[in-house]
Amino acid sequence: MDSIQTKRNTEEKKRFRHWVRGALFRSLLVIVFVMIAVFFLIRLVPGDPAVMVLGEHASEASLEALRERLGLNLSLPEQFVMFVKNVFLKADTGASIKYGVSSRSLVFKYAPVTLLLVLMATLITVAVSLVLAVLAATHRDQLFDHIIRVIPAFTQGMPVFWTGLLFILLFAVHLHWFPVGGLDKGMLRGLTLPAITVAFGQIPPLVRSLRERLLEVLEADFVVTLKAAGVPSRTILFKHVLRNAFVPSLMLFSVNLSYLIGGTLVVEQVFAVRGVGKLLFEAISNRDFPLVQAIALYCAVFVVVISLVTELIAHKADPRMNK
Amino acid sequence: MNGKKMKPALKTGLCLMGLIVLLAVLGPLVYGYDPYAQDLTAVLLPPSGVHPFGTDQLGRDILARVLYAGRVDLSLMVLAEIAPFTIGVFLGMAAGWFGGKVDWVITLLIDTFIAFPYYLLVIVVAFVTGAGIRGIFITFMLVGWLLYARVAKGMTASLRSQEWVDAARLQGFSDLRIIVREILPNVLPQAVVVLMTDMTGLLVMIVMLGYLGIGISAPTPDWGTMIAEGQTMMTSAWWISVIPGIAVVLTGIALSFIGDGLADLWREDGF
Repeated sequence: MDSIQTKRNTEEKKRFRHWVRGALFRSLLVIVFVMIAVFFLIRLVPGDPAVMVLGEHASEASLEALRERLGLNLSLPEQFVMFVKNVFLKADTGASIKYGVSSRSLVFKYAPVTLLLVLMATLITVAVSLVLAVLAATHRDQLFDHIIRVIPAFTQGMPVFWTGLLFILLFAVHLHWFPVGGLDKGMLRGLTLPAITVAFGQIPPLVRSLRERLLEVLEADFVVTLKAAGVPSRTILFKHVLRNAFVPSLMLFSVNLSYLIGGTLVVEQVFAVRGVGKLLFEAISNRDFPLVQAIALYCAVFVVVISLVTELIAHKADPRMNK
Repeated sequence: MNGKKMKPALKTGLCLMGLIVLLAVLGPLVYGYDPYAQDLTAVLLPPSGVHPFGTDQLGRDILARVLYAGRVDLSLMVLAEIAPFTIGVFLGMAAGWFGGKVDWVITLLIDTFIAFPYYLLVIVVAFVTGAGIRGIFITFMLVGWLLYARVAKGMTASLRSQEWVDAARLQGFSDLRIIVREILPNVLPQAVVVLMTDMTGLLVMIVMLGYLGIGISAPTPDWGTMIAEGQTMMTSAWWISVIPGIAVVLTGIALSFIGDGLADLWREDGF
């Protein structure tokens, strides 16, 4: 008995390690793909990137200076090696053309607001989704459940910036619950409506999947047995069902993360929040190439690392997934 | 589950989508206003009998612009799906059919790019390729095929182990013929269900790029640029931003109902 148990444990550990190796490899691959994409983007520009940045009427000397600064005077392989070296060895993603300082310092300066917004949106999403999914699953095929199930059809096509505008009109302009935009009235107060906006788009599909998962568990043999044994349904729900729904929700979160980040960047634009999104769109309108590249790279690494960690937790919590 | 009940959903979805397409195609021909015509004597008019959806800051008729933008956005949505759909279905079938190394590479690509922050990639590519529709086509071709490939792969792998496939092979039919004649008709319904959801996502992305000023560029009406144009006047002239948004939402509802309805219909038929 004992040896079977140990054998199963080592078997599980082996599978887990195998999965971790695969996941690390895939994450690294994504980052490499992102780096290649980011690197070649500037080379895809029709014509001379220096002209695109400085405009048609720039002097030949300033064009030449910019080309040198961007490393465009080197051969393509040399440029790529330099780019990879700078990123990996010096964590240097180049200097912003507009601001003249390193893009890393700019991103790090604007990141805290964006991270707080992402965190708030995530907390709202998870809390509201859980409550709604539990209510729908425990009231299966009743009116509330039907409503919950058709809502995604209505919210699926709502662009996040449009929802944001409607929320401003309703909650800020008419009801005065929140400031119209900006963070002058305090960080948390200013970020609440943007966070609700981001969460609003994330909640319906999450509720739908969570509900299905909860129903599966509610109908599982062990739950039926527990019920038959007279365990109160509240205890079953909180102790057993929710725990079993935890892992799939983590996986869903990991898949949705890139939408969450994208939504956040766009929502910052609507609410005039000075975060990474604002920085990105300013960099875009200033044609500030190195800064756009740096922001893309940092966001990508953030998404990849967070989803790796999420999946790691999910696989640690549920060994059945390490196949 | 309750497939019989869902059938009205499919009908509703098809009717709504039909109406939207009809309005986008015929609307601009029938409706009297030119979407580009400015009228500085009639700026920021609220919805009325003359201008059912009001006018914008340049006195352009919002209904005319919403109808015309529907043409632009919907046709772009359909066109940009063609390549990813085709590529995805065929790569997925190849992975499921041949297995081995082909499967390994394609599965690795799918697993890798599922985690790819492609919202961001779309924005950056659109920026580099300049305002316009090229960025949308390029990025969507790069990442849009994943979902179709995943669905097609799963379906093909399960079909491959069935007896009638062996029978077809024993009869000496080539792989290509079996894939095209036998596997494809079974894979397509599932891929079409995915397509319905995916199109909404793509439409929202097209509209988002327009809103950010890096999608369909200014004079051409597009639901996204229209929302952006009305943003600063939201409190005084809500209709400029709200109405194009409703057009996007309605399209999303129609596609979603069609997708769910088809899924239920085909599930009953045993697909």
